[in-house]
Amino acid sequence: MRTWKACLAAAAVSLVAATGAQAQEKQLTLCWAAWDPANALAELGKDFTAESGIKMNYEFVPWTNFADRFINELNSGGKLCDLLIGDSQWIGGSATYGHYIKLNDFFDKEGISMDDFAPATVYAYSTWPKGTPNYWALPAMGDALGWIYRKDWFARPELRTEFKAKYGHDLGVPENWIQLKHIGEFFQGREIDGKKVYGMGIYTERGSEGITMGVTAAMYAWGFQYEDPNKPYSMEGYVNSPDAVEALEFYKSLYECCTPPGHSDAYMVANLDAYKSGQVAMQMNWFAFMPGIAKDEDVGGDKSGFFVNPAQKVAASTLGGQGISVVSYSDKKDLALEYIKWFAQDHVQKKWWALGGYSASKAVLDDPNFPNTAPFAADFLKAMDGVKDFWQEPTYAELLQSMQKRVHDFVVADKGTAKEALDKMIVDWTEVFQDDGKL
Amino acid sequence: MTDRAAISIADRAATATPAQLARRVRGLSDRAIAWLFIAPTIVLLLAINIFPLIWTVYLSFTNYRANRPGRAVDWVGTRNYERLLGSEDVWGYLQATAHFVSWTMSIQVVLGLGLALLINKNFKGAGFWTTIILIPMMLSPAVVGTFWTYLYQPQTGIFSYIINAFADVGPVDMIGSPTLAPWSIIIVDTWMWTPYIMLLSLAGLRSIPDYLYEAAEIDRANAWQKFWYITLPRVLPFLMLAVLFRGIENFKMFDLVVELTSGGPGSITELASINLKREAFEKWRTGYSSAFAVILFVTVFGLGNIYVKALNRVKQ
Amino acid sequence: MSAGATSAHSVVESKAVGKWIAGLLVMAYALVAVVPLAWIFSTGFKSPPDSISYPPKVIFEPSLEGYVNLFTNRSRQTPEYIESLGTATTWYDDIVRKRNMVITGPSRFKDRYVNSVVIGFGSTFLAVFLGTLAAYGFSRFRVPLKDDLMFFILSTRMMPPIAVAIPIFLMYRTLGLSDTILGMILLYTAVNVSLAVWLLKGFMDEIPREYEEAAVVDGYTRLQAFIKVVLPQARAGIAATAIFCLIFAWNEYAFALLLTSGNAQTAPPFIPIIIGEGGLDWPAVAAGTTLFLLPIVFFTVLLRNQLLRGITFGAVRK
Repeated sequence: MRTWKACLAAAAVSLVAATGAQAQEKQLTLCWAAWDPANALAELGKDFTAESGIKMNYEFVPWTNFADRFINELNSGGKLCDLLIGDSQWIGGSATYGHYIKLNDFFDKEGISMDDFAPATVYAYSTWPKGTPNYWALPAMGDALGWIYRKDWFARPELRTEFKAKYGHDLGVPENWIQLKHIGEFFQGREIDGKKVYGMGIYTERGSEGITMGVTAAMYAWGFQYEDPNKPYSMEGYVNSPDAVEALEFYKSLYECCTPPGHSDAYMVANLDAYKSGQVAMQMNWFAFMPGIAKDEDVGGDKSGFFVNPAQKVAASTLGGQGISVVSYSDKKDLALEYIKWFAQDHVQKKWWALGGYSASKAVLDDPNFPNTAPFAADFLKAMDGVKDFWQEPTYAELLQSMQKRVHDFVVADKGTAKEALDKMIVDWTEVFQDDGKL
Repeated sequence: MTDRAAISIADRAATATPAQLARRVRGLSDRAIAWLFIAPTIVLLLAINIFPLIWTVYLSFTNYRANRPGRAVDWVGTRNYERLLGSEDVWGYLQATAHFVSWTMSIQVVLGLGLALLINKNFKGAGFWTTIILIPMMLSPAVVGTFWTYLYQPQTGIFSYIINAFADVGPVDMIGSPTLAPWSIIIVDTWMWTPYIMLLSLAGLRSIPDYLYEAAEIDRANAWQKFWYITLPRVLPFLMLAVLFRGIENFKMFDLVVELTSGGPGSITELASINLKREAFEKWRTGYSSAFAVILFVTVFGLGNIYVKALNRVKQ
Repeated sequence: MSAGATSAHSVVESKAVGKWIAGLLVMAYALVAVVPLAWIFSTGFKSPPDSISYPPKVIFEPSLEGYVNLFTNRSRQTPEYIESLGTATTWYDDIVRKRNMVITGPSRFKDRYVNSVVIGFGSTFLAVFLGTLAAYGFSRFRVPLKDDLMFFILSTRMMPPIAVAIPIFLMYRTLGLSDTILGMILLYTAVNVSLAVWLLKGFMDEIPREYEEAAVVDGYTRLQAFIKVVLPQARAGIAATAIFCLIFAWNEYAFALLLTSGNAQTAPPFIPIIIGEGGLDWPAVAAGTTLFLLPIVFFTVLLRNQLLRGITFGAVRK
């Protein structure tokens, strides 16, 4: 009898829980990725709660599940997120399929001008169709791919001498990808302070977007173009250009020569782990992590230096970063807009940067003192000058999945040639654009 | 439940209903009770299993995409199927699945049967050790997959460390190496599911009457002959049943492998279900992935039926 | 079957030496199989640096940091700030502050675990309830197309879960059941009811019909006979079935991953993404894994005599 009672009680509890009413106080849920800047945003949000009386809840999901989880949430019309800091590539789909509300009227009414934000961020994080004054987000977090290196190791005289003798240039911030590889080779397998270290951590993750973000960092530096500038969606000769092939081959050679063992499925956190534990001399990672590195107890302070993505044929870098949007399925759109209005203010943006978030506001970036506020601030401005993003088409997820597969097949699984991988990618992408009626 | 409680429930149910209805309920014909009892289950299954299944079949002939609510849905005939069957990549996923299923089944049959034969010797403490061996198969595959990524870490993981204790081969990168990755998932699946095969083999062994062996003893049969002519034929139906159940499960495999390798490196361990998830819930090609789902379902069903026929022949 | 307990028909005169060797080999396998489990358990009590040390540490100073991290969210602060807070008032504050962090609130783990319990028990109750009725119906009455219906019930288990999830996703989106506990309970009930019907029909078949017939002769109605006579007889079978249903719902991952989010998510999709400051926080993942697996290990030991029946859908009884 007792087991029956327990079962009944459990069933009753589950019904109550299923229908249970929530407390009706004013609160908002903000969804973003789980990373350093999100903690800074939560800290910043305390001011908003103090001013408005609106309680903030946060749903932070690790990057590797971020797109999967929140795009699923949007597609199922979920009410979990009132505010969403979604990735730049989502803008096309979210605008086209009505997941985000359009902010133009709200901006006009509240006197928020997109001219007050850095043009590259407005273009990338807010507009759809690209470059038109149709705004679906407020630039929240500028970001680009950069590099972090062990300044203390680079400064050791004996290493500098040996390096110079071997490669003919100084051990320092690399000017191009060839020099970057030299440094990687130099440190690979070397013993430093009694510990075996490796060259660098690069992105190789398969599941979400990792390896694409890493490979494009190389491809953009080789001058990569997604399509014929005069003929949209025409990719033959661009996506598989000799430069693109060379860049992809180079990226594979980096994976093979200079990464630690088991670095076959690595994205942001894996690179951070390898770097912070003193395993690698360099890592590629988003600028977003640099404030955390600078104050890290093991590798912070003078031990770490920063540089922008090295140029090869052109100076360019992979775009990261996100805008903040109001989800159209939310029941609390008014409160959510109130948050955006508060967030857009100059003094909030300044505090945002001070706490470790990358403000996109000109009030912060155009301040003449900005480059001196952090060791990576000047590099950040430089990087944001030459950022390129992946397709932002509504079909971006399909395009991305195809690139993930083709590139991972070549770089990590060692299947086929670079040319074949890129050729197959064109076939995949063409099919996607055909299905979408763009071709 | 005590008898008194049962009566009181029935009585309470009776008093709570109007007299006429109560009489009707009490006097329900067997046929009515049968349907009253079975119908709720059938209705639930129709709503949550069969209706969706029919819907899937319908969707598989369209270009529907779940992420574009407003767009017109076009009937595309068999184009999704043609695309799927004509795609080199899809055959690659099926090949990876076949590799996984056939190797896990072969290794587990050998290990599982071997263990069962040993346990059947009834040494002291056999019950305790058997229970220990059974634990892995009851665990949550996704959680197990996650944790094995930790055990597989080439430098800090225990797996590589133990391998190196026996042979000095340096860090073993099970998940990242294209040649080792297919084996990394086979090893974990074997760790988890060998007990299953073992348990069923044991049931088969226990069903063999002693007098068969005694007769063989009189005929001076050697150990090998006893195994080949008595043990194996008797255990085979059980073994085949185990392979049927596990084969279907591994053909559908998703959770364990997706957490372990997420299909990588490249697409080397991208099993059919993992690709299906990518198509359906990352690319949102609902029509296309529905067609893939139908193909997988028909394959499982077809292979299962052929297998069951073989099983029945063995049983006779 | 009772695992390994002395059985009537053991192999004829196994020699003592043979038994010894067999025992040693089985023990060796069991020990190898148990290493990963032991490693999970012990990692839960390691400090984060110990968990990623090279070579791996077998002997270490036990710490509760993993468990504290599992249940809390933390943020990194400067040592000066932490000093300004004064001395820690609780043991877990103390552990966290040693790493220059402060606890900012509880983590989601408890919610996910509670969801697992609620959805697990709720769906188990429903599945066993429906399954008991249906199994009785199939066992005692002449139902047209019985074999086809029984097979139809089973066929739902042949679909890959992802394939089932596509239409369910669309259906739940329309009905507003996405990411709700109710939706998950219904789904798991539907999946589990097939197991429940098959298992319980086996148990019901074993109860002699004479009992009910005697009761009916005594003036009971069919319904009363079912409640009074059959149910008590089937008690052990119902309990075993319930545990098998619970284990399925407890371990399920694919549906939970695709159909739930912030609200109704259970523990299996959550545990793999417990992250610390850097990457996965292995001691916290191990702690969560341990807490999640423990009930199942307990049930396995409890159920070892029914195990065979449960995992073969009642196809193998003894």
